[in-house]
Amino acid sequence: MTCDEAEILLHALIDGELDAGHAREVEAHIATCPACAAQLKAYREMSQAIAGTELRYTAPLSLRRRIDAALPKAPAPRVQAPSRRAVLRGFAMGSAVSAMAATGLVAIVLRNDDTQRIESEIVSAHLRSLQAGHLTDVISTDQHTVKPWFNGRLDVSPPVVDLTALGFTLIGGRLDYVDARAIGAIVYKRRAHVINLFVAQTASTERQPARMDTIQGFNIRRWSEAGLNYWAVSDLAADELAEFGDKFEAAMKSSTTG
Amino acid sequence: MPVNAANDDPDKARRFRDAALPHLDDVYTLARYLLRNADDAEDAVQECYLRALKHFDSYRGPAMKPWLFAILRNVCRAEFARRASSPTDSIDDADDSAEQTPLWSEAQETPEAQMLRQRDASAIQRLVSALAEPFRETFVLREIHNLSYREIADVAAVPVGTVMSRLARARAMLRSAWLAEQEQPQ
Repeated sequence: MTCDEAEILLHALIDGELDAGHAREVEAHIATCPACAAQLKAYREMSQAIAGTELRYTAPLSLRRRIDAALPKAPAPRVQAPSRRAVLRGFAMGSAVSAMAATGLVAIVLRNDDTQRIESEIVSAHLRSLQAGHLTDVISTDQHTVKPWFNGRLDVSPPVVDLTALGFTLIGGRLDYVDARAIGAIVYKRRAHVINLFVAQTASTERQPARMDTIQGFNIRRWSEAGLNYWAVSDLAADELAEFGDKFEAAMKSSTTG
Repeated sequence: MPVNAANDDPDKARRFRDAALPHLDDVYTLARYLLRNADDAEDAVQECYLRALKHFDSYRGPAMKPWLFAILRNVCRAEFARRASSPTDSIDDADDSAEQTPLWSEAQETPEAQMLRQRDASAIQRLVSALAEPFRETFVLREIHNLSYREIADVAAVPVGTVMSRLARARAMLRSAWLAEQEQPQ
């Protein structure tokens, strides 16, 4: 890969628009090219600064009323749903049309659908955590150390459950970025296999049962519970990752009821 | 304002309100960045919602927000056509040669230097607003509205490759403008 190609593609990498395979190609180039690495770092910081700033405008109340008056009256006006950013939306999303887009540079597989886009970003985040020697920001096998560490770093408090007795060792937590947003990652290990459990807030409080996907050889188990989206990603076999998810959910349930 | 057929279909009106009104802030935000004027943005948003209602029967998804954005974009284009006296504001897609030339232009107003160095929301909003079209539109749809490249391509009616190159240029322009401001004395 040339620097010219990387210069365009690193944006797609930041935006999670590359599948894991192409993300790895860009990352491989960046690993050997200090100039492109500096670019990536600068743009990633800029994107994060922008994502962390409220740049939206709020529609004036007068406009809201004007539109309300201009629209035909609904029979039973409902309470309007709060307008919030559709970040890391629920899973019941759009079509599964796969979009293949070839540019002049490299054939890039763009995932057309938000769920898939985020999943591939999750896999990229997982890969980054393994490659960069930056698996954990807080290293602890104690859930009472890991959980408070997230306070003030995220707008959610990700549940941290110790599953060591069940064969999954808690090794720490990390702040990651997915979909240009800060997201909590709780890191577990089984034997030599790392499991990243990503947790993000969702507007929907509905429970979504677990689904398994495979992207670039990595298994992803995703589910939603109590206003949080979860993605567990690992190179563990699907049945072991499913076991992890089941045990995590069971432990959550017993900790809230007991 | 004609609201025609929708009047006799209260269920449609309710469905439209439920689907479209939660995006009002987003649509207004895009209008503000595209038109760079609060009053024009309000008019464009209202027109957008009335047009959207009219075409709601033919709406088949996939997502409401990009669909509203595409309608708003058409409303804004019409507004720019009306403002023919100020062609520099054109929102029309730049042709290839325009994509090559540096399109960064200084912001019109010169706010206090102190504000320039702060990375606060209004300073960034101003930098973004000063970006030239079509880079501004692409940038806002990605960074502020979190649309995917595919969705941006659909809204702006361009290939995904164009979205990628515009976004790369938009970020490069914004970054140099940002750095230039930070280096300014005082």
